Amino acid sequence: MQKSVLQDTVFHEREDSIITKGKQKKQLTCDTASVAGCVSQRACVYCGARVVLNPVTDAIHLVHGPIGCASYTWDIRGSLSSGSELYRNSFSTDLKEKDVIFGGEKKLARAIDELVAEYPTKVVFVYATCIVGVIGDDLEAVCKAASAKHQIEVIPVQSSGFAGNKAAGYRAACDALLRLIKPSQKKNKPKASTVNYLGDFNLAGEVWIIKDYLKQIGIELNVAFTGDSHYEALKNATTASLNIIQCAGSMIYLAQRMEELYAIPYMNISFLGLEDTAASLRRIVDSFGDPEMKLCLEELLVRETSKVKPTLDWYRERLQGKKAAIYVGGGFKAISLIKQFREIGIDVVMIGTQTGRQEEYQTINELVDEGTVILDDANPSELEKFMVEKGAHLLVGGVKERPLAYKLGIAFIDHNHDRKHPLSGFVGAVNLAKEVATTLCSPVWQYV
Amino acid sequence: MSRKATNFRDVNENPCNMCMPMGGILALKGLENSMVILHGSQGCATYMRRHIAEHFNEPIDVASSSLNEKGTVYGGEKNLKQGLDNMIKAYRPGVIGILTTCLADTIGEDIDRISQDYLVERGYTDLPVVTVNSPGYGGTHAEGYWLTLRRIVEKLARKTEPHTGINIFVPNISPADIREIKRWLELMQVSYTLLPDFSDTLDRPYQRPYRKMPEGGTPLADIAAMGGAAATLQLGVTLEDSMSPGRFLETEFGVPLYNLPLPMGVTNTDLFFNQLTEITGKKLPAELQQERGRLLDCMIDSHKYNGAGRSVIFGEPENIYAVTRTCLENGIYPVVIATGSKNPQLVTLLEDLLTHSPVRCTVLTEADFATIRVLSRGKANLAIGSSDGRYLSEREDIPLVRYGFPIHDRTGGQRLLSVGYRGTTYFLDQLTNTLLENKHKHYRKSIYQAFYLGINKTLDSAESGGEQHVL
Ligand code: SF4
Ligand code: SF4
Repeated sequence: MQKSVLQDTVFHEREDSIITKGKQKKQLTCDTASVAGCVSQRACVYCGARVVLNPVTDAIHLVHGPIGCASYTWDIRGSLSSGSELYRNSFSTDLKEKDVIFGGEKKLARAIDELVAEYPTKVVFVYATCIVGVIGDDLEAVCKAASAKHQIEVIPVQSSGFAGNKAAGYRAACDALLRLIKPSQKKNKPKASTVNYLGDFNLAGEVWIIKDYLKQIGIELNVAFTGDSHYEALKNATTASLNIIQCAGSMIYLAQRMEELYAIPYMNISFLGLEDTAASLRRIVDSFGDPEMKLCLEELLVRETSKVKPTLDWYRERLQGKKAAIYVGGGFKAISLIKQFREIGIDVVMIGTQTGRQEEYQTINELVDEGTVILDDANPSELEKFMVEKGAHLLVGGVKERPLAYKLGIAFIDHNHDRKHPLSGFVGAVNLAKEVATTLCSPVWQYV
Repeated sequence: MSRKATNFRDVNENPCNMCMPMGGILALKGLENSMVILHGSQGCATYMRRHIAEHFNEPIDVASSSLNEKGTVYGGEKNLKQGLDNMIKAYRPGVIGILTTCLADTIGEDIDRISQDYLVERGYTDLPVVTVNSPGYGGTHAEGYWLTLRRIVEKLARKTEPHTGINIFVPNISPADIREIKRWLELMQVSYTLLPDFSDTLDRPYQRPYRKMPEGGTPLADIAAMGGAAATLQLGVTLEDSMSPGRFLETEFGVPLYNLPLPMGVTNTDLFFNQLTEITGKKLPAELQQERGRLLDCMIDSHKYNGAGRSVIFGEPENIYAVTRTCLENGIYPVVIATGSKNPQLVTLLEDLLTHSPVRCTVLTEADFATIRVLSRGKANLAIGSSDGRYLSEREDIPLVRYGFPIHDRTGGQRLLSVGYRGTTYFLDQLTNTLLENKHKHYRKSIYQAFYLGINKTLDSAESGGEQHVL
């Protein structure tokens, strides 16, 4: 039964989701439902919502559903907190067969009561999982009642897993955040020179790194969405004068809505890689039009760049000409990786995402070299096929992709939410180069 | 011993178990040339793959029927069939497992009928398909594992000519453990069929070219012949009959069933070899006798250190039963034993084991980590179980010896050897060394505080051992 490895690896349903730059004129199809049986690497709506909301440190995160959904997401992310550790618990209503038959609303209400009594908090997020959508529990009503009873915010997150993919979960999370940040009285008074930082989850302290840069140039970070954020800070979100967005895939919707509702302008930025970090800081400063800030920034750039430049040059010499394959969650990450790799002399030969958006794929297409394979919602067979065909030396991906790379004898970079080292800013650029060198230049490859 | 169940609560705080299909995947990965498809939404499959991949460091390909809104409202038959088509095309499996997730079960999908229709429609008359209704809310991964084994046997075992081989069913242990059991059987020249055998499929050697269908696994022909075996040794004393593959073979084909505990610790390993030698008439090889002697030697060498140990043990019923026994044999008296499963057999068995323990112990079923934590506080100085126990280390400063599944914050979970005389020796060394490390880390400070500063005059009970009260 076992046939050659590379046969039949592209399903015809998937043909439109894979292109080779320069070879075809067609546009890549993305944002479609995963094809059954193709072993998609994608996660669900609930996963997307949880990723975005979980870093809210002082919230109770309650998963309404059977145990598995909560079990697989318990404290697996590397978001750090400067305060409460409550977010690192996984609470679940642990629905059982009888709840599925008779409904889980009462159990949910009791669960909220129990948790609020045990962990005094101002906000509870209640996540819907797939079967909640099917058994028809009225999350909205239960949350409303609980909210009135406990005089705190109990916010339903409509993240039933089958109604789309991870990207739909981002949206559900943004909706929940919009409810939370809504000012209670009139509009909060805006504060000058303050920014909200959207789409950074403070993995390995990345928010703190950026906060420090901003502080050095005289800009206050009002609140980050959602890395190391907490109730009080989020409540003041509408006072910021600018929203800057790192991970657009998850947060662009929130930024757009905040512009509509609170007239806060937004700007896409990226703090991954030297080039993007410098350019982004400059754009932020320009938008404030303050010459003093500008001066501070230029000083900072010189200082920080001179610190890391020699190291990066050293790495570039060693890594020049290597070929990378990228398969990550969202488009933003993919785009910045292309640029970051360029900074250390590495070409990207295959690139894909689970949930990239059309405009992001266009940018990717503009950035990569002719012949690079671009693919959306790939599966292991396709990843294997194109990595081998393109002669990639290195794969960037998450936990599920790692063993595949290793079995193929290919180096690997962890670019996921569980990492324990920062990849943002100047220090992050060095970390990435170091990690690339550690894996690519490891002596173990000599033996395989 | 005191019993406590947490199921009266309405909230689970930090789960101590995973869900049914997870166990089903593991069981099916032990079949030769198998592929699994989960009927339900995409996310469940992705989460489980991620968890399994992290533990075993192996690519874990599991398909999903990727049910969406439409499929959920109008039925998922089309999705499942399309999923089967694509999976078969890409992987060419020799056997297929179809597991349901919560969603499919809730909307009442009849996977038996759909798969039968499918095979007829496509003309795949000789492609075996094992179906398991395994909604996540129906039980933990432990039940999913055993139920799937039973379904595999129900589907594939035949009435065959009697033969001298024996059947062995193993609980969720490491690939290294499975290899160890196979080594004994080979040493003793016993012919056997071991199910599920994921010793290669989930722990394969590096080799080129990469094959996405790993080699190894229990051959289907061998499972077919299970009905004619001389006996079944099932390492499953905590099993209910409805989930017992061995019971099925006994009632259906008259294969005598011997239910034994997982061979960890001297007693359990002796039980295993006694039973095996009795059934096969073979002798315990000298090599294994030597290993037994070395284990005894190890136990004596470390008994005084172990005597200070007070353990909190958590995990799947079969595994924790064996770990408990090993701890008791060495004076590492348990203070909390917990499982996420609802398993009354386990409680009865533990009650027996614990009658002679001098230390009060609480047994928790359907447990969560919040409860385990509270009950271990100040009483336990050693946690034994999966990586999730790091919560106990972080919050209560109880060092954790990683054992079981999943181990996702360290490497090598797949290589942990803990069965038999040799495996127990390794395992016990880890327990002892963890106790020693902890002692060496703290004794200067605690003694200084107790006797020089005079604060906190009594050393904490776990350190001095034995203040806990006898039942
Ligand atoms: S509990 Fe049910 S819905 Fe949740 S992951 Fe498990 S099978 Fe999927
Ligand atoms: S049941 Fe739904 S929410 Fe839960 S893991 Fe599966 S796809 Fe995600």
